Amino acid sequence: MAAWNPKMEFMPREELERLQSKLLKALVHRMYDYSPFYRERMDAAKVHPDQIRTSKDVVKLPFMYKKDLRELEPERLFLASNRELVRYHASSGTTGHPTIVGYTQNDVNNWTESVARALASAGIGQDDILQVAYTYGLFTGGLGLHYGAERLGCTVVPASTGNSERQLDMIKRLGVTAIACTPSYLMHLGEVAEKKGIDFKRDTKLRLGILGAEPWSEGMRERMREWLGVKGINIYGTSELSGPLWCECAEQKGMHVWSDQTLIEIIDPDTGEQLGPGEKGELVVTMLLKEAVPIVRYRTGDISTIDVEGCPCGRDHPRLGRITGRVDDMFIIRGINVFPSQVEYVLMSNPELGNEFQIVVDRRGALDEMLVRVELKPESFQDNVAKLESLKTRIHERLKNVLSVSAEVELLEPGSLPRFEGKAKRVIDKRKIQ
Amino acid sequence: MDDRAKYRIKQLSIFSENRPGRLMDIARDMKEAQVNILGFTIAEGSGYGVVRMLVDKPEKAYEKLTSEGHVVKFTDVLAVKMEDKPGGLYDLTVMLKEAGINIEYAYGYRNHPSAVLILKVEEVDRAIDCILASGRTLYDTSHFK
Repeated sequence: MAAWNPKMEFMPREELERLQSKLLKALVHRMYDYSPFYRERMDAAKVHPDQIRTSKDVVKLPFMYKKDLRELEPERLFLASNRELVRYHASSGTTGHPTIVGYTQNDVNNWTESVARALASAGIGQDDILQVAYTYGLFTGGLGLHYGAERLGCTVVPASTGNSERQLDMIKRLGVTAIACTPSYLMHLGEVAEKKGIDFKRDTKLRLGILGAEPWSEGMRERMREWLGVKGINIYGTSELSGPLWCECAEQKGMHVWSDQTLIEIIDPDTGEQLGPGEKGELVVTMLLKEAVPIVRYRTGDISTIDVEGCPCGRDHPRLGRITGRVDDMFIIRGINVFPSQVEYVLMSNPELGNEFQIVVDRRGALDEMLVRVELKPESFQDNVAKLESLKTRIHERLKNVLSVSAEVELLEPGSLPRFEGKAKRVIDKRKIQ
Repeated sequence: MDDRAKYRIKQLSIFSENRPGRLMDIARDMKEAQVNILGFTIAEGSGYGVVRMLVDKPEKAYEKLTSEGHVVKFTDVLAVKMEDKPGGLYDLTVMLKEAGINIEYAYGYRNHPSAVLILKVEEVDRAIDCILASGRTLYDTSHFK
C-alpha cells in the first residue's frame, strides 16, 4: 500500500494551498467567535478574522506558547464541552504540572488519519505486524500509533514499554515486521537480543522502526541498519498538537506534514519573523482542524527546517527536517522531557548546595545518561564521607521523583563550574546528533 | 584552660574533586606555604575525596588552602602513642570498646621508635580521659610543631 488516502496525499500543491487558506479562515472565525481566550489574544494583536484571507496571512496571528497550555484552566482553553470530549492526554510539565490536552471524536479521528497516512508513506501496510512499544496511557505515543496502525489495517501488538525479553519473544514468535519505540530502546533491544544469542537479522522479520520521542542521529540510523537490519523511520509529534503525527516516507527526505490538517512555519526565535524554506529556525504549528484545544501558531521550541520541493514519492505536502535542537534548554532523555528549571528546583531546595550546576547528557551504549554536577557550599562540607554520600543519595532520589528519570549526581568544589554573565549554559549534550 | 584541650590535634580536612592534579594542587600549596605534612590520608567518596592532613603549621596551611579556593575544615583528632609491637592496636581497641567509645575513623604512621595512631571519635574529651587513665600517652599539639 503506497498511500492511505491517495486523494489527499497526492493533492497538487496549488490545491493544497487553496484548501489551507479556506481552513485557516474558518478556524480563525470559529475561534474568534467561540474562544474568549483567542478573541482577547487577537484583539490585543489588533487582528480581526476578516484580515485572514489566505494561508500566508497566518503571520498576522499572535503566537501561542507552551505556558498558555500549561497555565490556563482547561475550561478557558478548551473549545469543547465535557460531552464532546472523548479523551484526555497529558505531558510532563516543568514543575510537575502537566499540560492537559482534550480530544473530541473528530480530533481523535484526524490524529488517527494523520498517523495512518504517515505509516503508509513509510511503507507499512496490511501485511505488516507493528509492535507498539511506546507507553500506553496519558503519554500520546502508545495510543496514537496504535489507532493509526489499526486504521491502516496492519496488525498491532500493543506491547507498551518495558520487559525487553517479552518484547523480543513477541517479535520472534509473531513475526513482527515493524516496531514503534524510541530509537534508544530499539538499540537496547538489540543488546538484550545479542546477550540471549538472538540475531535480529537472522531470527526476526523486523525490518522497520518508527522511531521518535527523542533526538537521534543519522549515525545511529546507519548503525541500526547494519547491526539489526532495521530501517529507522523518524516520527514527530507532541502531545500539545495531538501526539505522534508525521513520519518520513520511504524516501526518507523529511517528514510529510499534511497540509489539509496542519500549517507549519519556521521562524527566527528571537525576532519572530518567518523564515524561508531550508532556513533553520523554530517550528511553529497551526492545527487547522483541531476542535477541543485549538492550536494556532504554537511555538514548539524545536529547531528544524522546512522543505517545500516536491518529494520523489509524489507528495507535495511540505517536509519537516530532522529536529536539531531546542530554543529553550529543554532536552529529552529516554523519551522524557527534562527542563533545567526542574533540576534547579530540586537542587535549590537543598541548603547544602551552591547556585551553580551543570547537566551533562551523554549516551553510553544505547541508553541516554544524565549527570547532574553541583557545587557544595563551603560551610556544608564536613569531614564525614557517609554524610556527604547520604546528601548525594537524597538529591538523586529527589531528582528521580521530580524528573521521572534517573540522574547521577556529582558533588563539586565551590567555584569549579563555569560562571556566566548572560544566560547560563546549563546543559552539555554530548550525544552525537546532527 | 581545660587541660584536655592540648590533646585536641587540629587536623585539616579538605574536600577534593576526584580529578587529575587536585592532590598536586594541595601539595603545591603546602610547599609554597612552607608547611610540613606530618600525617596524611585520603577518604574516598564517589567522585570526590576528603583529604586529611596533620601539618606542623595548621593555621598557615588553612589560610593558604582557603585562599586558593579549597574547602577546608578543622577536625579535632587524637594522637595516641603506640608501642611498636604486636598487639598494641588490639589492646587499645579493647579498652575503647569497653568504654563504649566508637571510632569514626583512624589512621596510623610509624614514628620510630614508637608509632602514632590518629583517632577520630565523637566524644573527644571522654576518649582523652580513658586513654590517659589507661596509662597510655597522648601526643599534644606541641608534638606537631
